[in-house]
Amino acid sequence: MKLNVNGEDRDFDGDPNMPLLWVLRDHLNLSGTKFGCGIAQCGACTVHLDGKAARSCSVLAAEAQGMKITTIEGVNAGHRLLVAWVKHDVPQCGYCQSGQIMQAAALLDEKPKPTDADIDAAMSGNICRCGTYRRIKAAIKDAAGVA
Amino acid sequence: MSERKFGEGAQPSPVLTRRRLVLGGSLLGGALVVGYAATNFGAIAAGALSVGAADANPGVFGPFIKIDEAGWVTVVNRYQEMGQGTHAGLAAIVAEELDADWEMVRFESAPANAAVYRDVTMGIQGTGASHAIAGSWDQLRQAGAAARTMFVQAAARKWSLPIDSIGVRNGVVYHVASQRSATFVDLLADAAKVAPPEYPKLKDPKDYKLIGTEIVRRKDSQSKSNGTELYTQDVRLPGMLVAMVAHPSHFGGKLGSFDISAARKVPGVVDVFEIASGVAVVAKDTWSARLGRDALKISWDDAKAETRSSDELQALYREIAKGKTDVTGSAFQTKGKVDDAFDGELFEASFDFPYLANAPMEPMNCVASVDGRRVKLTFAAQIQTVDQINCALAAITLPGMVEIETLPAGGSFGRRGTLTSDYIVECVNIARHVGGGRPVKLVWTREDDMSSGYYRPMAHHKVSIKCDEDGLPTAWRHNIVSQAIVPFGANDLPTHGVKNSPYLSVASVVDARIFTPKLAVPPGLWRSVGNSQSAMVMEHTVDLLARRAKRDPAEYRRAIFTKVGDVRKLAVLDLVCKKAGWGSPLDAGWARGLAIHECFGTVVAQVAEVSVQGGNLRVRRVVCAVDCGIAIAPNQIAAQIEGGVCFGLGAALYGRITLDHGIPQETNFDAYRVLRMDEAPAVETHIVPSKKTPTGIGEPGVPPIAPAVANALLSLTGRPTSSLPFVI
Ligand code: FES
Ligand code: FES
Repeated sequence: MKLNVNGEDRDFDGDPNMPLLWVLRDHLNLSGTKFGCGIAQCGACTVHLDGKAARSCSVLAAEAQGMKITTIEGVNAGHRLLVAWVKHDVPQCGYCQSGQIMQAAALLDEKPKPTDADIDAAMSGNICRCGTYRRIKAAIKDAAGVA
Repeated sequence: MSERKFGEGAQPSPVLTRRRLVLGGSLLGGALVVGYAATNFGAIAAGALSVGAADANPGVFGPFIKIDEAGWVTVVNRYQEMGQGTHAGLAAIVAEELDADWEMVRFESAPANAAVYRDVTMGIQGTGASHAIAGSWDQLRQAGAAARTMFVQAAARKWSLPIDSIGVRNGVVYHVASQRSATFVDLLADAAKVAPPEYPKLKDPKDYKLIGTEIVRRKDSQSKSNGTELYTQDVRLPGMLVAMVAHPSHFGGKLGSFDISAARKVPGVVDVFEIASGVAVVAKDTWSARLGRDALKISWDDAKAETRSSDELQALYREIAKGKTDVTGSAFQTKGKVDDAFDGELFEASFDFPYLANAPMEPMNCVASVDGRRVKLTFAAQIQTVDQINCALAAITLPGMVEIETLPAGGSFGRRGTLTSDYIVECVNIARHVGGGRPVKLVWTREDDMSSGYYRPMAHHKVSIKCDEDGLPTAWRHNIVSQAIVPFGANDLPTHGVKNSPYLSVASVVDARIFTPKLAVPPGLWRSVGNSQSAMVMEHTVDLLARRAKRDPAEYRRAIFTKVGDVRKLAVLDLVCKKAGWGSPLDAGWARGLAIHECFGTVVAQVAEVSVQGGNLRVRRVVCAVDCGIAIAPNQIAAQIEGGVCFGLGAALYGRITLDHGIPQETNFDAYRVLRMDEAPAVETHIVPSKKTPTGIGEPGVPPIAPAVANALLSLTGRPTSSLPFVI
């Protein structure tokens, strides 16, 4: 099958029931998308499907076919969220952060000026065991230009 | 070789007293490396552990500093980067003494080689007890200052000028009067010819330009934000196979009969075989390994397994604490004569703690290849020396034949420091079976990780306290029931935070004992170890004692710290009270709770603002004061305190692994609830100025938060807390 990832058509001829997460990581060599729980509870595997945040561990390859898949590798280097993340030194272990960025990017696409409550609502599905939540929030607000 | 024994050498630093220079003195691949090998470690390490790996070629600026022709100053980090950002502090220590340009400083992981990269206190290479900065302070200042001196001498020779007329700033060596200057790169070859000074002059802390400033920031924020950081889970090597293992469902369970025929037929599965810890499925990719494992049919032999449930164990622990079983206690602190010290009216309290999983974001994993007697590991190693020994035993080779490339960890919180190297040995066993040096990546699912044990052990504390007419403790009896956390050596980890507490010091009679029952559930190291339980016991008890004496909790503590002369705690307490507005009114329905605890040499006080509304416990703000000696990287100190509060708060609110007939019930984040963004309080960190040697920061932020919340609840509701988690 063909999967459209980060604007490119990629071939995948494995099990159509393989979760998209493992297709990306093991077959398309896109390891920025992380495995944390495998059951849509942690958000480490967050990607965009047609612009909406989705848990790639719980979407099958077959289901993602025909959709525009965007991973952290498809986020451009100067993206305001990446800039803000570095400015606030958000990451600790960093393992959750690509998922956090993908979730935050989807939020800003939908709500360019999110309130604290919007951020909480959008981001509470993404676990950070290192507890960087407040820095994530500050970085999102910084990127969105809401103080 | 030195006469120092294993584990000795905390003070003074062996680098200062017994430094031995190892001179590479040559340009190695364009990189000039100057080397110091501290020689406090015994022949065991140098002889056995460094075999093979010992040719790590320590260079001129020592094994810790490399300077290349592009001008990069690379600081070699012997500690694991698991999120705690130690690299920033270590790099700053070097850059400060070297007067390097911070923008041109970067870091890399050290190879496993205890002879060169052991921690000076532990005596082995490893990361723990929040010790990286404390353990490197003298050594890295020396290394940085020595390298600086070499550049200065090189310039002095070149320019025929006296040494003391030459300065260094931001990686540029200069002479003011003659307006001469040269970069480190310009002087690299000449500096290599200078003999490193034995006792380089260290800076006076008042001259620090980098240490203690906001300039010191993490070096890995970019790669950890844009998805390019390489974790163990991301390793891809030519020919690499992916393995999953079916483990016994009970701790202490063994493999009974099994049928692998269906698993072998799963497309992508390469091999299925028995290993010591279960049945391994080796496949071409992760998903095939997973499907192969799902297809296994196994019956386990639970004859020797732990089959009790959490509530049974908790009841047993209470009996043990009362001295009603055959588990005998051993004293860890006694003082005065018990006689009639506990006669009359006593304050009594007891506390139950559940098992807790570390649950780092990246489940355990490892990449190994075994080729005859050579073992190569690529993973987030935390205690390299111990892993080398354990893997050597598994592969029947020498520890020095076990090469480790240490990668950053997607969290650990102690899990990767497990002293049996459980998952690492498992990976080596699989790679050994596969053989031929073919790399194997062992992947654990979240469920594998969370049901694997090495939990913060279940514990029970029981205190009986006699007080004087001012309400201060005069006699303190304390019984702790907890499995021994480490399999060997002194079992004092569960007593950390109780032993030598000022609250025990103030009493004239102390009778403190630990009871260590043996269970098949493996106990482990959980961020701050015994401290996270003992802080809850001590700090909540003290609030209850203050309440009993009708004294303000801060004033009550102040009286005790004054009496025992604990000036550090007094300063931290005063700072937190001031910043938190202790004693000032709060909005209706909110209360403050205070706790202060020393963990691995660092004192942290926290004041939490808590409310219970509609049955929901909320913590909105936590004000923290910290004394961690000289604050090298204030931004990372704040980050670690913020993270520690979230980690400790999530555990205190929700954390527990419940055993049902021995089987852990919480195996993923649906059942094992952790803190999420909407529950994360605002955390403010205030640092007590200090001129003392820096102490750790990765763990000490965790212990005070549970009692701070419990104390706020006490003030709100009048009800004491006797078990965790708060939310059932
Ligand atoms: S790995 Fe997909 S949500 Fe956790
Ligand atoms: S930074 Fe470690 S889990 Fe988020």
